Amino acid sequence: MPTLRDRTGVVLDGWIRVETAAEAVDGARIILPWAEDLVLPEGHPADMTGLHIPNDLDPEAMTRFFAQLGLISVAFPAFSDGRGFSIARRLRGMGWTGRLRAAGPVIADQFAYLLECGFDEVETPEKLDARQPQPQWEAALALVSLRYQRGYRGRQSILEARRAPRGGAA
Amino acid sequence: MYRYDEFDAQIVRERVAEFRAQVARRLDGSLTEDEFKPLRLMNGLYLQLHAYMLRVAIPYGTLSSRQMRQLATIAERWDRGYGHFTTRQNIQFNWPVLRDVPDMLAALAEVEMHAIQTSGNCIRNTTSDPFAGAATDEIEDPRITCELIRQWSTLHPEFTFLGRKFKIAVTAASRDRAAIRVHDIGIEIVRNDAGETGYRILVGGGQGRTPMIAKELRGFLPRADLLPYLEAAMRVYNLMGRRDNKYKARIKILVHELGIERYREMVEAEFARGDRGAAPDAEETARIAAYFTPPALIPRDAGGLAQACAAHPDFAAWVDQNGHPHKVPGHRAMTVSLKPVGGAPGDATAEQMRVLAKAAERFSLDEMRVTHEQNIVLPHVAEADLFALWTLLKSQGLDAANRGLVTDIIACPGLDYCALATARSIPVAQAISTRFADPDRQREIGPLAIKISGCINACGHHHVGHIGILGLDKAGVESYQITLGGEPANDAALGARTGPGFAYDEVPGAIDTLVETYLGLRQPGETFLQTYRRVGMPPFKDALYADAA
Repeated sequence: MPTLRDRTGVVLDGWIRVETAAEAVDGARIILPWAEDLVLPEGHPADMTGLHIPNDLDPEAMTRFFAQLGLISVAFPAFSDGRGFSIARRLRGMGWTGRLRAAGPVIADQFAYLLECGFDEVETPEKLDARQPQPQWEAALALVSLRYQRGYRGRQSILEARRAPRGGAA
Repeated sequence: MYRYDEFDAQIVRERVAEFRAQVARRLDGSLTEDEFKPLRLMNGLYLQLHAYMLRVAIPYGTLSSRQMRQLATIAERWDRGYGHFTTRQNIQFNWPVLRDVPDMLAALAEVEMHAIQTSGNCIRNTTSDPFAGAATDEIEDPRITCELIRQWSTLHPEFTFLGRKFKIAVTAASRDRAAIRVHDIGIEIVRNDAGETGYRILVGGGQGRTPMIAKELRGFLPRADLLPYLEAAMRVYNLMGRRDNKYKARIKILVHELGIERYREMVEAEFARGDRGAAPDAEETARIAAYFTPPALIPRDAGGLAQACAAHPDFAAWVDQNGHPHKVPGHRAMTVSLKPVGGAPGDATAEQMRVLAKAAERFSLDEMRVTHEQNIVLPHVAEADLFALWTLLKSQGLDAANRGLVTDIIACPGLDYCALATARSIPVAQAISTRFADPDRQREIGPLAIKISGCINACGHHHVGHIGILGLDKAGVESYQITLGGEPANDAALGARTGPGFAYDEVPGAIDTLVETYLGLRQPGETFLQTYRRVGMPPFKDALYADAA
């Protein structure tokens, strides 16, 4: 079973992945795969509907579904394929405020970056867990407390920290 | 030069601790070799032919004496007593042991240095004009912009797992000494009609197996927009760049395939959408700029320079050949050549590093620059001190008077060190340099840039050499292709191939033939490149392949 974690630790995955809208069960939180002719299940509440997208999809294509969704899951086919970082930034920039999940074999060393780019949670395959159990994810997050960039989430921005004593607005 | 504040120091310390933990996790199996590889590369650690290689970042090539002395100490303590200055204005140590690397990084951190992002598919060390702050033809010191980019690009959460490496160069001078046209992004500091300074942005240049000259992305970008604009340009590349083939993953291929107009539309749309969140405020820019305040040099008279030159022809030749005009009268920016005849281009021993540190301390306001030609510049030397400086440099064989001449050869490490190389390059450079050892002949030939790469990845910049040499493997035998007419500066051009390749032993003779052909054809005052541009390839080709015809 894959592991789901957010910045608080390992969490129970309340969502189930289904193949088609027809599989939507009342009262279940479902994640559908992206399709060109995507039809979301009628009447299924937005906060119980999720969508999994490949990382070569133009995030722009997603905006029309925002109101009908509670979660977007972004595929990371490999940890070294960093397109998902920019997809998260784009989705957040376009106004996505719902849950954002990174799904794939990303590694603990990327956890901070994922959170900073706008992901809330990370779903990793079971086989990674044996090598990189939860303490490594927590340790990785604790190791680096600063970053230079502004406008990203999480760690303290050095630019903001320098600005603070000057009394400037963030 | 820029000095770390508490935050800069802390982020480097934390990164060292993080890498120490990553090494431990690799050793205990938490990280596979595939997972560890990009992490170690982002810390400048390569697995080479014989050993690991650690590449240390020298931001925009600027070094203090204290830092140079620490590099000397590192070379002695953890390497074999020398280091290799690179075409990216960095230094490489070729023989470290993996378990020592965290200690080497800690030693670097003591002097505000690191190896972050000197390799890997991320934004690499930003390079610049080695005469920054001294050059007579610059609008301002480009290193203020470089430092902004250094900080912004360090451990960037979004751009640390790009499709391929990403290189940025900045110039503020009318003469481009930073080769911005062969970078992923080239930045030129310019003034618009209203007299405001801003940025001209070029994109999609590069060398490697598919060399391309950069195209203009934006003619004038207001200063405050630089980082948000770079973020937009990087985001489009990260989302759209090819991931199916590492040889087609650089931004030059994306720009080529989309066309510059389409790429520009996408970047401008992304930029328009953005919230300018990345931009530093004016105070932060001013804080950085304060570190690059022009030095308070007092105009001086030449203090006996003419007499010393008259008495010591070797010294006179060095001043003439290795000197560059300085903003402040009575001063020069001096190039210390790391290309002694028969030497390995860019190598310096620990003792030489210490002499360079001493020279900078005494004669150049404690500052040095590493050039992409693999030499060292002392940017602020009073003419009255030149003889004392030369005497000091001579004590360690650092007095070669050959900047820009036929023996000032750029060469990648090649098959002697590099796991990617297909042929040797350092020994080829040594053989050519030895053949042209006569200093009078070198001066007679005049400016001539020979650049040698030991494989198609072009780390030796052969595409932009006046004479470029590319070493390949032809069925187990080294074969060297020669190109002519390359140039990295304002009138950037890619070299054209002469024809079939040459065997290892034939290369120095072939170069000699090209040089003799040029000397026979040139008009008064013409350089090799000018002659080539006037007469074209045929006479050179005829001379090279005469025997075969």
